Amino acid sequence: MTTNSPSEKRLEELREQAWKEGVVPGKGVDVAGGPIPRKPGYYGQPVVKPPVWTWQVPLYFFMGGIAGMSAVIASGAIIFHHVDLARAAMWLAAIAGAILSPILLIMDLGRPQLFLNMLRVFKHRSAMSMGAWILSAFGACAVPGLIALELHAHQILPGTLDQLLRLAAGVFIFGSAIFGTLLATYTGVLIGATAIPAWFLHRTLLPIHFGTAGLGSAAAVLELLGYRIPALNFLGFYAAGVESALLIWLSVDKHGVADRAIHEHGSGWLIRIGEVLNGPLALILRFFGLVPFAAISFLIGALVSRVGWIAVGKVSGSDPESVFAAERY
Amino acid sequence: MFLEQDRQKGNQITGPMGLRAESDPKSDMSAVGLAEAEDPFRWVFLSDVCKHCEEAGCLEACPTGSIVRTEVGSVLVQNDVCNGCGYCVVSCPFGVIDRRPAPLVDAGGAFKCTFCYDRQKSGLVPACAKVCPTESIVFGRLDDLRARGAERVQQLQESGYSDAQLYDPTETSVRGIHAFFLILGEPEAYGLPPKPQVPTIYLKSAWTSAFATAIASIIATLVAFAFFS
Repeated sequence: MTTNSPSEKRLEELREQAWKEGVVPGKGVDVAGGPIPRKPGYYGQPVVKPPVWTWQVPLYFFMGGIAGMSAVIASGAIIFHHVDLARAAMWLAAIAGAILSPILLIMDLGRPQLFLNMLRVFKHRSAMSMGAWILSAFGACAVPGLIALELHAHQILPGTLDQLLRLAAGVFIFGSAIFGTLLATYTGVLIGATAIPAWFLHRTLLPIHFGTAGLGSAAAVLELLGYRIPALNFLGFYAAGVESALLIWLSVDKHGVADRAIHEHGSGWLIRIGEVLNGPLALILRFFGLVPFAAISFLIGALVSRVGWIAVGKVSGSDPESVFAAERY
Repeated sequence: MFLEQDRQKGNQITGPMGLRAESDPKSDMSAVGLAEAEDPFRWVFLSDVCKHCEEAGCLEACPTGSIVRTEVGSVLVQNDVCNGCGYCVVSCPFGVIDRRPAPLVDAGGAFKCTFCYDRQKSGLVPACAKVCPTESIVFGRLDDLRARGAERVQQLQESGYSDAQLYDPTETSVRGIHAFFLILGEPEAYGLPPKPQVPTIYLKSAWTSAFATAIASIIATLVAFAFFS
């Protein structure tokens, strides 16, 4: 821009007029450099903020899924008199759900010393608040359920008391199963009800994926612990079958730019690898009777896809074009 | 709060919080590159001012009750209550709220524009509106500001700025905002979502799916033990 360009002259005029009259009603000059940018987003700056969550969160999703669905398996085992399996499943539920999960969640907080504030209010419209209460209720059922079951199994107390113990074990274990199903699925609601486009566009798929991956993972861990029974094999088939269907759903239900984080970039690869491992590959391995390999494949797939979904959130949230494109859905 | 893009001749404005002219050196380099491209570089503004939504995503998402609605209609984070869970960060449709980074006091907790709650309680206007030398940022009653904004839009359009418009989404699930903008061009250029939605509208379908999965898992487990033992 030169000193005697038309816009510079106009600015001189404006200054003179403003000096004399105090106000300038006419048009000014167009700001140098061209028109208002037409590309969406302020020069690529994110529109929404990507999640600040670190590695603890996908690992918690994985642990919570195993814990919650272990309690469901324990309940089924109790009803059909597989006491040893029920004991192992309740140990798994208590360790993963009442110890590891809270530790991971507290580690991820920005101010971990204030973790008890999670139970300060009860807000049904906040999936995070509901999750905190679900996890607490789960722990409050799973731990006494496990203790009662172990005491009953070892026949420590005499007759009548043992009958009471048996009743308590049943009530607490069924309670932990109910809260367990919610513990394994609410995490899908948690990330589905956000402003991150690739997440909220798949809010129906996410709870199905997280819950079913939890059920399959719980069965897989129990199988790897030595409980090679047909019931767990059936659950392995069920979970891998549902996950295979979800893989197809995900590859059909595309939203173009809006959810490209699922199909492109490293995050897309994590989703794909995870879904193949806990879907078709686990299914095929199980079909050929390679149960331990199917179990390992499912577990790795379940973990990788949880990491993948958090990665998807980071990529999708940083992508302004996705946010604008998602408004059409 | 009313922010006017056109008043910022040369776009030199920098508010004490929120409103900032982008001055990242990397952006300056891309500015040189872009100036020669088809779409030449142009400073507009990127505002991180909290919009204080009528239906606020962060407030709904907060599990601790740390985020509250104040008597002046603003949305406020109570620093002493927030435990930094980070759920508000992904629940804000405008990408405003974030975790406070490390060197700051109360690091790890959520933070955003407070609408100068402390100043407003003392009868003062927010600091950004107070210091703005071009009066681009105006504070007042929403009705008055909306009328003033509409008048300015008309004035600007008559002076040849045909792309002047108010950014004030009221028809979406956020049901209106307390900080709106007069912009030239489209909201997307300012990183403003044309139709911001509060994420709670997604809860119903997500929970339905969760409950269905829960029931399906219980049935599958019962079937497994009943028929495959």
